[in-house]
Amino acid sequence: MSSTVIPFGPQHPVLPEPLHIKLVMEDERIVEAIPAIGYVHRGLEKLTETKEFTQNTFVVERVCGICSVMHAMAYCQGMEELMNIAIPDRAKFLRVIWAELHRMHSHLLWLGLLADAFGFESLFMQAWRNREKVMDIMEETCGSRVVISANIIGGTRRDLSKEQMVKINQIVDEIKEDLEQLESVFLNNYTVKHRLVGRGVLTKEDAVEYCTVGPMARASGISMDLRTTGYSAYGQLDFEPIIHSDGDNYARTYVRLHEIYQSVDLVKQAIAKIPEGEHVIPVKGVPPKGDVISRVEQPRGEVLYFMRGNGTKTLDRLRLRTPTFANIPSLLKMLPGSELSDVGMLILTIDPCISCTER
Amino acid sequence: MFKMVENVLKNLVSKPATRNYPFDKREPFKDSRGHISGCDIDVCIFCGMCQRKCPANAIVVSKPEKSWEIDQFKCVICNACVEVCPKKCIFSSAEHKSAQSFKDKLKLVQASKPVEGAEQNA
Repeated sequence: MSSTVIPFGPQHPVLPEPLHIKLVMEDERIVEAIPAIGYVHRGLEKLTETKEFTQNTFVVERVCGICSVMHAMAYCQGMEELMNIAIPDRAKFLRVIWAELHRMHSHLLWLGLLADAFGFESLFMQAWRNREKVMDIMEETCGSRVVISANIIGGTRRDLSKEQMVKINQIVDEIKEDLEQLESVFLNNYTVKHRLVGRGVLTKEDAVEYCTVGPMARASGISMDLRTTGYSAYGQLDFEPIIHSDGDNYARTYVRLHEIYQSVDLVKQAIAKIPEGEHVIPVKGVPPKGDVISRVEQPRGEVLYFMRGNGTKTLDRLRLRTPTFANIPSLLKMLPGSELSDVGMLILTIDPCISCTER
Repeated sequence: MFKMVENVLKNLVSKPATRNYPFDKREPFKDSRGHISGCDIDVCIFCGMCQRKCPANAIVVSKPEKSWEIDQFKCVICNACVEVCPKKCIFSSAEHKSAQSFKDKLKLVQASKPVEGAEQNA
């Protein structure tokens, strides 16, 4: 049978970002997927080599808006390790609170986009209405909605007052309540399940082979969550990675939805356990010669930072690998064999962030 | 089914979640980073710390000219300049900037102070 090539993207209604995939089709089935990325390369890694190491915190935050806190967190943790700085305990807990709030808003955004992709507009609006509450917390506590610039080397830029923490506690409870109403629609609705169950299956063996990370890996039954390594204050909090064994679209929705509940729980735990004291310490000197690797669990999976200091204010090299970059091979594994009408959903369920990938 | 009816009724009765934006604006939060509204030029000592810390190269300080200049289109509103200023003379406003139809930079120049004793000699 002769094959046809259908281009997906770079502009496509399901994604706001430019991802181009050539789909080699036989009838309605995909036999091969050839990716082409590089439409939004901004040269941020090169830019970090010209900026001072303190300014880089603001540069890496702009790699990706949705996970800006975690980018800055990974960079700051790495630099603190390189420069041998022990940050105050309160700063560690504050970082966890903001990071988990960020995970909540990222997953709520994704749930909304998922609903939008299968054409459930009212569900999309309900998910985003919920998300708006998190965005308001961000603006109130940090001064900005998305790129909140909460982390600096040596701690955090702002502190949380007692009243703010009480308020955050209330709002995350509200979000949990609202989400419980939406949960049954996402997980039990007949029509929604028809688009999710059994589509885009990634087996555990394939997930291991293609080095899948984050919720994708957890939905395929791999118990891999970097937070369990106990970086920042995660070591003092009690949680278990959320795992599903099916590896299909439904499993990925299940994992992300339940991670919002987990984040609510983590925020509440961190607020209950946060110690008193300083939230930042002054940093003196410059990064010494040496290499450091820092890894952090983002909403989409593991992000890896490599930094090389040379004894001056600027870094020799900053290299970062984002979760979407790691997940694209598994997407290409999932696409062959599926139908053309499922392509949008499949690409969406890896939670792609193309601007992250291309930096 | 019952939950759905409850939700429908709630959505019919409650106010919309969105605002009628250009006419109905929300008050900005107290410490929100809206934009850098300017600098108290009479207090500024032109040390250039803000220029060096700015990650976007939006600020230009000139000691000989006694001027402080910000390009609002380059500024990423990280407030690093506000934090680093030794005289605390850079102001951050909680209000977000609206759309602009011109790209002029905000340039402030310190008025030259009268030299002491000059008047008596004249």
